Order: sequence, then C-alpha cells, then structure tokens
Amino acid sequence: MNNRQNLLCLLGVLALMFSLVLRAQAQVNVPEAVVQAEQQRIETVQRVASSVVAIFAPGGQGGGSGVLIDSNGFAATNFHVVQGMKGFMKCGLNDGRIYDAVLVGIDPTGDVALIKLLGRDDFPHAKIGDSDAVRMGDWAFAMGNPFLLADDFQPTVTFGMVSGTHRYQYPAGTFLEYTDCIQVDTSINPGNSGGPLFNEGGELIGINGRIAVEKRGRVNVGAGYAISINQVMHFLDHLKSGRIVDHATLGATVTSTSDGGVVVANILESSAAYRRGLRQGDELISFANRPVRSVNQYKNILGIYPKGWHVSLSFQRGGKRFDVSVQLAGLHRKAELSGGPPPGVPDPDKKDEKKPPIPFPLPHKLPLGGKKKEPEVPKEYLKLYEEKSGYANYYFNLQAQKRILETISEWGNYKAKPRMWSLDLKRADESPIQIRMKPDAIAAKIDNQFAVLELNGEFTDTPIGSGGFLAALEQLKQLLIDPQDYFTEFYYVGSEPLDGNAERVDILVTTKGLLTSRWYFRQSDRSLIGFDTQLDDEHDPCKIRFTQLRDIDGLKFPAQFSLHYGGQLWGQLEVTALKFLNANTKGTP
Amino acid sequence: MKYHPAWIAAIAFCLMNSQLARAESASDAVESVQPKVVKIFGAGGLKNLASYGTGVIVSPDGHIATVWNHLLDSDAVAVVLSDGRRFYGRVIGTDSKKDIAILKIDAQDLPFFDVSKTAQVGPGAAILAFSNVFKVATGDEPVTVMQGVISAKTELSARRGRYKVPYDGEVYLVDAVTNNPGAAGGVLTTVDGRLLGMLGRELKGRNNTWLNYAIPFSVLREPIEDIIAGRFSRRDDLLSAANQPGETTYEPIDFGFLLVPDVVARTPAYLDTIVEESKAAELGLQPDDLIVFANGELVNSIRTFKEVLDQLIPGDDLQLIVRRGDDLITVTFIVPKK
Repeated sequence: MNNRQNLLCLLGVLALMFSLVLRAQAQVNVPEAVVQAEQQRIETVQRVASSVVAIFAPGGQGGGSGVLIDSNGFAATNFHVVQGMKGFMKCGLNDGRIYDAVLVGIDPTGDVALIKLLGRDDFPHAKIGDSDAVRMGDWAFAMGNPFLLADDFQPTVTFGMVSGTHRYQYPAGTFLEYTDCIQVDTSINPGNSGGPLFNEGGELIGINGRIAVEKRGRVNVGAGYAISINQVMHFLDHLKSGRIVDHATLGATVTSTSDGGVVVANILESSAAYRRGLRQGDELISFANRPVRSVNQYKNILGIYPKGWHVSLSFQRGGKRFDVSVQLAGLHRKAELSGGPPPGVPDPDKKDEKKPPIPFPLPHKLPLGGKKKEPEVPKEYLKLYEEKSGYANYYFNLQAQKRILETISEWGNYKAKPRMWSLDLKRADESPIQIRMKPDAIAAKIDNQFAVLELNGEFTDTPIGSGGFLAALEQLKQLLIDPQDYFTEFYYVGSEPLDGNAERVDILVTTKGLLTSRWYFRQSDRSLIGFDTQLDDEHDPCKIRFTQLRDIDGLKFPAQFSLHYGGQLWGQLEVTALKFLNANTKGTP
Repeated sequence: MKYHPAWIAAIAFCLMNSQLARAESASDAVESVQPKVVKIFGAGGLKNLASYGTGVIVSPDGHIATVWNHLLDSDAVAVVLSDGRRFYGRVIGTDSKKDIAILKIDAQDLPFFDVSKTAQVGPGAAILAFSNVFKVATGDEPVTVMQGVISAKTELSARRGRYKVPYDGEVYLVDAVTNNPGAAGGVLTTVDGRLLGMLGRELKGRNNTWLNYAIPFSVLREPIEDIIAGRFSRRDDLLSAANQPGETTYEPIDFGFLLVPDVVARTPAYLDTIVEESKAAELGLQPDDLIVFANGELVNSIRTFKEVLDQLIPGDDLQLIVRRGDDLITVTFIVPKK
C-alpha cells in the first residue's frame, strides 16, 4: 500500500465515521408516536403517583404500601400490612407530608384492609379500573414502597407484563387465600404489599400482595400476585362498616372429573344450595354467571364475594338443567375471625428478629433500627377508633348505624303510638288478611283460618309455609318502635346488589335470639325497600319487599308487600289499613 | 467527546425501538403461542424437585419437546394441553448433549411450532417467555407469560449444585426471571410470537447467580427432527449425565463445628463442638443446637445434612436454621475456599 492509498483509506474511514455520526444524529428524531407514548407513560406515572401511600406503623417499625381510592382519604392496602398496628398508623404521600390514618375495616381471608387518611377532604385518589378487562400480555405497573426505600414518600414504580389472569393461590397456612388474582412479572418486592397495580392507562386494577417465593429468597422472582380490584370493590362497603368481614361458602365442595367437568363432591344439607336442589354428583355449569370448568375456577368465583351475597348457580343432573339463585353463607365462624391472630401468623411485635422465613405473605417488617416508640396520635383523632370484638374499628359501624337510624326515624314517631297494631291486608285475589299484633302475641286470620305466633317463645314458621311472615312483621314493628333496645345485635354490614341482580343496597343486620333479619336500604336515596327474616340458619328467609310508602295517621308505612319464601312468591299483599289500638280496645279476632 | 452524542443517540434509538415494540399489548402473540405450550406433570415432588414442567408442541401429531430432566423419570407423564385435554406422554427419544427429550401423545391436528422456522435475534431484542412456573396454571388455564430482553447470546457455562451442566452450547440469556421451578421446557419467543428457544433448567453460573437462559431451536432442530423421524433413539441414562462429582467436598469442620457421632440411620444433626474463633463461633452457634433446615431443606438426619454440604461450592451461601430450646435461630455462612 502506498501513501496515497493510505490517505484514501483514512479519508474513507473518516467519511464513514462522519456519516455514521450524522446518521445516528438523524435517528434521534424518533417517530413522533414513540415520543408521545413515552411521554404519556411518564405523565400517567406522575399523575397516579399522588394516590400512592407509604404506610408505616406509628412506632416507625415496618410498613408497606397502600392506595387512595376516594377524596375522603379511604385507602386500600393488605391486611397483612396493618396487622399488628393498633388502630392508627402514619402515612406518607408524594407531597412529602405525613398524614395520620386510622384503621377502618379488615378482610383477613382476602388479605385486604381499608384505612382512612385524616386531615383533608380533597385527597388525590386513583381511578378504579375493571380487573375483568385485564388480559394476559397487557402492561401493568406497580407503585409502592419496596424495601421501605421511600424516605421522602416518592413511590417506586416498576413496570411489567400481566402473566396471567384469574389465578388461584392456595391459602398459605393461614386464612390468606388469593382468588381470581392477577399474576404479573412486574417486580413486586417486600414493602410493595398493599400498593396499587395500575394498567397502562393508570387505572387501578389490583392490590399487590403476594410473590412466589422458593429457594431464591424473599424478593421478586418474576411472579407477583395482585388482588383484583373488582374483588376489593365487592367488599368496599363491607370494609367501610368497620367490621372484620367474612368471605363466603356455598356449603359444598367440588371435584373435577376426568372429562373436564366439575361435580359436587359433598354438600351440607343445611346449606341454601341444598335447599335450592343442589345434590351430590350434580355437575356445575355456571356460577355467578361465569362458566365453571375447573375446581380453581369455582374457588376463584367463590372467593370474590362477601358472605350473604346472592349469586346465580346453574347445574345439571341427568341431562336436565337447573338455574337457581343462592345466598352464600359465611366461610368462618365469628370467633374464628375475631379471636386474635389466626394460627400460623407470627405476632409481628415479637422480639425475635431472626425468625425463620415464612413463605407467605410478603414480609413487610424490616428492621429500621431505633427503639420502638409508643404511637403518637393527635388527641382529636382518638375518638375515631373504638375497639370491639368482631370489629376492626367499631367507630365506623356506629356512624353507619346513626345514618340508618335517621332513615328509620323518617317513617314517623311510632314510639308514641299504642303498641297494639291492627293491620289489614288484601291479596292479589282480593281475599283479606287481618292481623292483630299485640305485645305478647300476633294473630292472623287468613282465608277463615287462624294463625297465632306467641312472642314469648321461639319464633316459628307462622303461617306455615311463609318462612315466618308474622315473625318478620314483628321485626318491622320493633325496628320502627324500638330499634336500639329490642334487638340482640344491630349492625351495618356493607352493601350488595339486592337479590344479586338489582340495585345496590346498604344492609343492616338485626338479630333476636336465633332469628336474623337483613334490612335493605337503597343506596341512591337511603330508603328502606325490604328485608329478609330468617328463623335460623337452616331455613330459607321470608323475603319481604316494598316499593311505595303511604301515609297512615301521620306515619309512613309500605303501601304493599311482596313476600317470597323458598324461591316462590307467597303473596302480593296490599295494605288496606293500619290502626293503633289502645290496650282496652277489643279487636277482632 | 465527539462520539458521545452519537453513542447516546444510538443507544436512545435502540431503546426507542424496543419501546415501540412494547407500546402495544402482547395479547395477540400470547393468544397465538398459548395453544402450542403444554403443562407436564411427572416425577418429582421431593426436596426442591418440582413435579411439574412445561413442553412445546413441535408436530401436529403430538410430538412434544421438553427439557430432559427428572420429571420424565416416571412411567406415566401427564401432558395437559391448553384446552384442558389431558394425555399420557411417552418418551420416544432423548439427547443428553442438547438436554432435550421428545414426548409423544396420541393426538392429531394440534397447533404446533415448526422448528425449522425460528427467528434469530441479538442482544436488546424484546422477548416473551411462556411456561408453567410454580404450577400456577392447571387444566385449561393458560401458562404464565413474562417479558424481557435478550441480554446476551453466548455459550452456557453453568452448574447444578456443584456439578457442571452437560450442555455447554449456545444459549440466549435473558434479563427476566424466566427459569423458575416448572419453567424448563417452556418457550422463548419474539414479542410477535416467533419461535426463539426452549427455556432451560434452574442453573447457577460461575458467580453463584441464577441463570435465565434458553437453548435456541436452531440448535435443537436437528435432534428434534431426528428423534421424530426415528433416526435417533438413544435413550440416555437419566442419572449418568448429572453425576460427575466436582473436586471438593465439605465437612462440618470447614464451617467451624462438629456434629455428634453419626451412629444410627437417622441421627439428628446436633452440634457437638464449636471450634473457638471459627465462623460458627462468630455466628453464635452453640453445642446442642439442632440443625433443622439447611439451605431451605429439611434436615432430618446427619446424612441429609451431608447431602446438602455435598452440593456446595466456594462462594455459595449455607443458611442454617437451628433449634435452641424453643427458639429457631438462622445463621448464614459463606462457603469458604478449600
């Protein structure tokens, strides 16, 4: 090679490099759509970051994450994050401020808890998405406080993919069962517990709570699980009731068959499903309007509803299809839920820091050093927390009770009226029903037959086949006269769609002996529109609904009742008269 | 300095490109790949050996490729298709050098991957990984999908326990945690669902980190086609390949303690003596402490504890949980060089 060739060669190389530089610089002008997508994502993350809560125990030991879901400061998190915090906690938002927060309600089975941040009525909050619309392969990002890194409360964001939907995760030695959950490869780590999972649009689709842990330690290994937000929304009003809420059971276990069917393996004869005709060996077709093709699917569906909801159930036997509606019973006994920490969950306040790793749930306790301090709760907030067995915070139930009592008092001052009621009803076929309600007994005259319910003994199915219509009327009478003293128990439950498919109603539960009544208040205008009275767990309830109220003697009373029992209409009853008789008035019969 | 903006620009361009690919949901690719991936249930369930795994359908007539592992060491291997149909699979051939086995099920007209048509990608390419990790999916539930980026295309250098892995050919390494229990035999694809590689086992690299790798189907194509065509049917002994012992074995004294004499078949692993100024002494171990777990495995005898020690190589963690009275105490050693 001579010099000239060398020079040419060098020039060539330089030219090539220069052109590469030029090309590379030109390529900075990436397609506008890409820049926009990038910008959009940044803006989404910035927008939703304000709803992410860093939760710390008041003493500063341990913590987790949460997400604000309304402007009043209600925030969702994991039960296992707030477990062991005694009523109050400290929460940081990305405005850099610390807020006091109070525990509202807990769902130990579903690993969800509701807390309320205090001090503002204009909290930023997340937009609720639809977790049933989430598909495998969608992008999803998690925000929260992994490893409790966020000293300035700026949440950490991690980004990944939806790896699976409608996943079922077995209970891990404790209550905590994850049903119908979202699996992500988004990095979820200790401290992310209770924090939000967002879809690409920044809508809240889940609450991060669990990770797969095996031999690689308690950090992300590519499989995290979020409780679906739709499940959380089913339970939201239940959690707002301040109770320890329970999940549901059908009273039946199922098993899969070799040809892919799901059949009933065992069923309790005392269950509502049994009363609706479900038997051992029947094959399930659909449950809550979702097809059932595996045991996991059955458990997924069951796991997202609170105790007491009505769901549809379709099954077949010998080629014949049955479609029924079933009210779900409670999964646990009361004592199981409120009797201290469940077995297997270590007490987080225990001194020993070096306990062996528990696989689940996520650890949220990291030693932060320093001595444990007594919680400092401002005096003004102390009244917002009231301890009571069976409740996470009885204060919130009391508030709801107050609201409901106001609605009831709007019916008029029944207390001032004589206690002997004379109620005349007319059936659809014009045949009359006359009822006399005395303090010690109720008598009814129906089609020239008499039915009497003594009130000093047990409530019975009177008239026979009504599910206890007279007992139900007595409950209504007492609710109007003496709601606070007559009943054994009186508490707000939460809300559900009336009979599983109609409008959303708030539910009040009252008990008297073995008898339980559920009272339904329309959420839109708070009015009482019906109630179910159940003599005991083994009977179907007597279901009474009323739409219109009429004025009687300055009081409000239903203009008509419809009464269903055991899935059948018992009667459509028009109220023709309600009179209040003095004790010395002799009524007939 | 002159090259700085250019480099930044080039890197930015690469990132933007992958962003473009990521901008849309991968749902379409997920839907096209899922029917070609199967769940496998077979031997295992002991210690850290999963009894579940993954396979990929490579012919319409029910040939399924998977990693050649303990799962197949069973008379009946259950294969569950994405639609929930369940078959019994028979191993018709294996190739230990390529770490692959072919199962056959009695089914026709299955959706399948054509192993002669594979994509070739380099570092930086966005990928999807499909597998039955942690047995999350059963019946007709779709297997897990993860996303990540090819971090390298290189030769595998890995070990299981302290044994070297027989396969040392070309692999894709990915930045996602793809190789979890049950993932072996799963499939690595491009973001638009084109075939790349078969997810491998849970292996550790030389530096004691877990590897996430897949063997390219371009490597596996030949044995797969040979086995299906009946040209290649050597049945490898399932245990021979794994058992080439390394050069070091550890004894309790290497960690600064001695156990009680191993006198019966199931002598409990009680500590007898702690060597002064040893690591064990520093960690606070005491005589009469009972070892109950070692690296997550239940230690029910001195013998099982020694099996755990046999797996160690220098630099590993040895985590012991010992019982002292009513307390459980956790200590972690770093395995010393010998």
